[in-house]
Formats: sequence, C-alpha cells, structure tokens
Amino acid sequence: MRIAVCVKQVPEGAAKRIDPATRRLDRAGEGALNAYDANAVEEALRLKESAGEGEVVLLTMGPARAADAIRKALAMGADRAILVTDDAAAGSDLLATSIALARALEREQPDLVLFGQQAADSDGAVLWGAVADRLRRPLISQVAELTLADGVVTGKRQSEFGYDVIRAPLPAVVAVSDSINEPRYPSLKGIMGAKKKPQETLTLADLGVESDRAGEAGSRTEVLALSEPPSRGESRRIDGDGAAPEAIIAFLAEKRLV
Amino acid sequence: MDFSLSADQREIQALTREFAQTEIEPHAAGWDREHRFPRELYPKLAALGLMGVCVPEEYGGAGADFLSYILVLEELSRADAGVGATVAVHTSACTLPILVFGTDEQRSRFVPPLARGEVLGAFALTEAEAGSDAGSLRTRAEPDRDGWTITGAKQWITNGAHAGTFLLFARTDPETADARGVTAFVLDAAHVRATREEEKLGLNSSSTVNILIEGAHVGRDRVLHEPKRGFAVAMGTLDGGRIGIAAQAVGIAQAAFDTARAYALERRQFGRRIADFQAVQWKLADMATEIEAARMLVYRAAWLRQEGRPHTGPGAQAKLLASEMARRQTAEAIQILGGYGYTKEFPVERYYRDAKITEIYEGTSEVQRLVIARSLLASAGRTLAAR
Repeated sequence: MRIAVCVKQVPEGAAKRIDPATRRLDRAGEGALNAYDANAVEEALRLKESAGEGEVVLLTMGPARAADAIRKALAMGADRAILVTDDAAAGSDLLATSIALARALEREQPDLVLFGQQAADSDGAVLWGAVADRLRRPLISQVAELTLADGVVTGKRQSEFGYDVIRAPLPAVVAVSDSINEPRYPSLKGIMGAKKKPQETLTLADLGVESDRAGEAGSRTEVLALSEPPSRGESRRIDGDGAAPEAIIAFLAEKRLV
Repeated sequence: MDFSLSADQREIQALTREFAQTEIEPHAAGWDREHRFPRELYPKLAALGLMGVCVPEEYGGAGADFLSYILVLEELSRADAGVGATVAVHTSACTLPILVFGTDEQRSRFVPPLARGEVLGAFALTEAEAGSDAGSLRTRAEPDRDGWTITGAKQWITNGAHAGTFLLFARTDPETADARGVTAFVLDAAHVRATREEEKLGLNSSSTVNILIEGAHVGRDRVLHEPKRGFAVAMGTLDGGRIGIAAQAVGIAQAAFDTARAYALERRQFGRRIADFQAVQWKLADMATEIEAARMLVYRAAWLRQEGRPHTGPGAQAKLLASEMARRQTAEAIQILGGYGYTKEFPVERYYRDAKITEIYEGTSEVQRLVIARSLLASAGRTLAAR
C-alpha cells in the first residue's frame, strides 16, 4: 500500500507578515513543517505500522528551502519525499498548486492521499478538495478517525453537530482533522537517518505542467487590497472577586445570550 | 569560519526544544517545589534518543556529534536544569568515559544499556574529605583472589539513588596517598547502597545522595583503564563534562532572559511598558550579549572536542564564563521582575538558585581558573622550550 502525504513549509511560529508590495506572504524568515500536516504524516505512519507494510511518500511544492520541512516528516518516519520546485511556480494560488500536486500524484498512483486540514499560513483548507477533484477521486475531509479495510477507507468526519461516518473506495483523498492524533516527536535516529532517505526534486516540466497553468500566470485569484482586521470594539474585564459569576450572567443576559 | 549549525544539529536542537518546552517546562516548577525526581520522564527521553546523543549507533546511541549533545543539554536545562544535570551526569560522566577508556568487552557490556536509557549512569568521585582535592579520596579497593573488594563512602552523587551503572573511584595503592594511587571501576547498583538524599538550594528535580560501598566484590573486568590510572579517567571525564555544565548554564540564563524579556514587554509602570525604559533595555542588552558570548565559547569548546583537538583550557574557559554569567544574569532577571521575580509565581528565582551550582560542580570556578592558568603556562613553557 502506498500512502502519499501532501505537506507544506510555512513560516515558523505565529508571526505572519504579508508583504504589502507583492501582497504575498513574507517567507523570508525560518520555515517549519505546517503543524496540521504533522497530523497527516502521523496518521500515514500509523496506517503503515498497523498494516505491517506499505510506503509513506511525502509530496510538497515550494522553494528549495521547503526541503527542511520535509526533513522533519522524514525524521518522523516517512520513507521518501518528492519536492516540486520551480521558479515559475512562485506565486501559485490554490488552483495552480492543485494542478502540480495532482500531476505528481498521478505519477505516484498512491492508494491513499492524506492532507492536513489546512495550512497554518494561508488557512485555505480547500487544496485537498481541488486535488481530489483533479484526480477524480472520492474525498473525505475533517476526518477525526480513520480506518482502512478491504480497499475501503472509512472516516469519521467531525461536524458542528456530531460525526458523519463516510466510506469511500480506494484510491481516495482524505484531509485529517488536527484532533485525529498526537503527532510523534521525531527521534534522533530518525533525524540522523532522514538525510539518507530518497528525496526527488521535480520541476514543472518534469510533471508536464504548462507554464501558463503555474505560478501567477496559472492563478485565478488576485489579492486586490490588504487591510487590518476591524477592531473588536470595547472589551470588558471581569475580575474574579467573588461577584464575578453574577457579573458574567448579568453581562450575558444584557446581550440576550442567555 | 562558519558559525552555522549543520542541518542535523538544527533538527536535534528543534526536537529537544519542542519536547522540553512541551513535556518538561510546564512541570518544572512543581518538581522543584516537591523536590521530585521525575523518573517517568527518562524513558521518554530514551525513546527519542536523548540518553545517548553522541554515542555511536553500534553502542546503542543516536550517533550524533558532541555539539549536538551540548545543544540537547542547553535546551533541556532551559526547561529544567535538574533534568539537564541528570542527563549530563548520565552521559558525560558515566557513558562517555566507559566508551573512551573501556576495553571492547566493557564497551559492549556497559554502554548500550546506558545509551539506550535502560539504566541511568552515575559518577562517584567526591567524598566528604575529597572535593576539589579529589586525589585525596579514602574509598579503598583491596585485591583479592579474582578481583577487588571495595569499601568506602561517597557523597553528592547525582543519580546515585536511581542509577544502574556507577563510575567509581577508589584507592588501590594504600602506599600512595595522592591521585597516583587511584583506580576507576564500573559498578552496578547492587554494589552500592544509597543512603541520605541531600537537600539542596536548587536543582531539586535531580537527585543527589550519599552512597556506601560495603565490601563490594568486583572482578578484574570492572577496572576501567589501568589500575592506578584512575585519575586520568577522572580528569578526562571532567574535560568533556565541564563543557556540558557550561551549556547547562547557558540554557538556564537563556530561560531567565526569555522570562525577563516577555515580562518587560507586558509590565506597565508610569504609563509605559517597562521595556520602554532605558534602565531595563540596558539590562536586557547586557543579558543577551553575555549569554551569546558564553554560548560561543561553549560551542567552540564542544567543536574542539569533537574535532579531537585540545579542549581542556577552552572547556574550562567556557565553564568559568558561562557559570558566572548565569549566576549574574539570572539575578538581573529577578531584578527586572522586581517583587514578582522574588516570588515562586515566576520561574526566575528557580533559575537563580539553579544557576549557582554551575559555579561549583564539575570543578569550582577557582579550579577552572587553575586549569586555565595551567594550560596557559604549560603551553608557554613548551613554546619557550621549543625555541
């Protein structure tokens, strides 16, 4: 069984800065593996371990430095990695990115493609949908529990009011929720061994992606303007001095929330 | 000259930082208050490979370099200096000397369980009357039919109550009262009895005990290096060990800086953040500068060691500077936090108590100066002689 996990390198830490000139995310600082993707890597490793066989392949698109993010996932235990990197891919939106990833996945023919729920920088949470559509594969998203048996994947999807249990035949695409597992720490042996694992670098040409379908040329979204989020208005602080519960109830009643 | 860490070193640092900040730091204040040795933590560190960072893979370690190990000690100590001490003693003062001085048989027998973290290591040199003057120790080993019988009392033995392997020093030549009559032995837990647990100023999540060796019989295969060459083992151990303690000091000081900086950005007095006052800015600037200076000396000493170059003097310089810096700058962190810094509501008072020990163990600052002076004057002597 082959499981592909799509991962992304995102700026490290909470600091997100958008460059006002390019209207793109500032990626000058340190990068790290998108934390949501660690859940997908962990789930892939667990599926492989419980099956007792299989292969976990990482796929990412980004600048050459994105290899750093892949290293952590390799250190966690993934078997090999594919990095799609090309100057012409810079500035790709979700649509353009989905084309390149889908082409790479067509080459690999995995039984299962896993995604994290979203990328912590752009917070799009739609790339997995676009990729599944391009591959014409069934998709289950926001999966909090995943099982594989007899060529069928079953996902328990978190929803606002409970769970949906959804079954799909393999090959399929699954986006996991961040509640699905607790990602393992890579071990030192994993870290030391990561650099010896196969890492393939592909260009858009390798994948047969036409230049007008990549980067800014292939993108259909445009950032028109940037603005600060509106202020949340006046906040009120209630200190815990004994009368706090009454004060909170009075506040909620005043807002007609209770 | 290249000041950047390798990809492996960066990853190991990042892993240890993430683990330490998530799994250790939140408990550190509680362990300190309760004087609790977090036994349950060590299997987790072992699973990640952190109990044998710089031990070759063939001996059960992770096979990383010595600087990686130093980065690990810095990050562990930044979260909890007691944990840093436990791992430092286990690795620098027990596992590595067996690896360096042991026979093939001794390495294969003793090192893998230590490097895999299945047993904890301890270093038993100090006695009531033998501190900085370690050569005056009284614990004695007498030859018998097929080995040695060891009798004596050791004190301030880190990990002594929890260790499975002890590197222990005893006098084998009663005629020689100084260091030349001392031999190093590898002992098991069954050979020693832990007695009194020490109450300390800080480092409360590490365990320090007195141990008794009551006529323990050991075979000749437990002599490390050669008989009467024990002091070479002890000094070789301390050469590397003091770099680890220097890294611990840097980690503690970094933690104090992190807290002081965050506090200065939040705390408001006279209508401004206290970080907006030059008095506080200068303190933070000095702290960051001194921490970075010490860190560079520590990394350089570690690099010299892994390159197989002389590192006795540089290691002592790193430890001297880092430990005195840590004591001074953890005090400055308290000063920035003011009254809050003096309370247990914030961790800086713990950092201050923990930092103090780094000026004392693995050689006091006075001994470090002695070591530095000796290495300076010895090399001057050699230079003159060469002319």
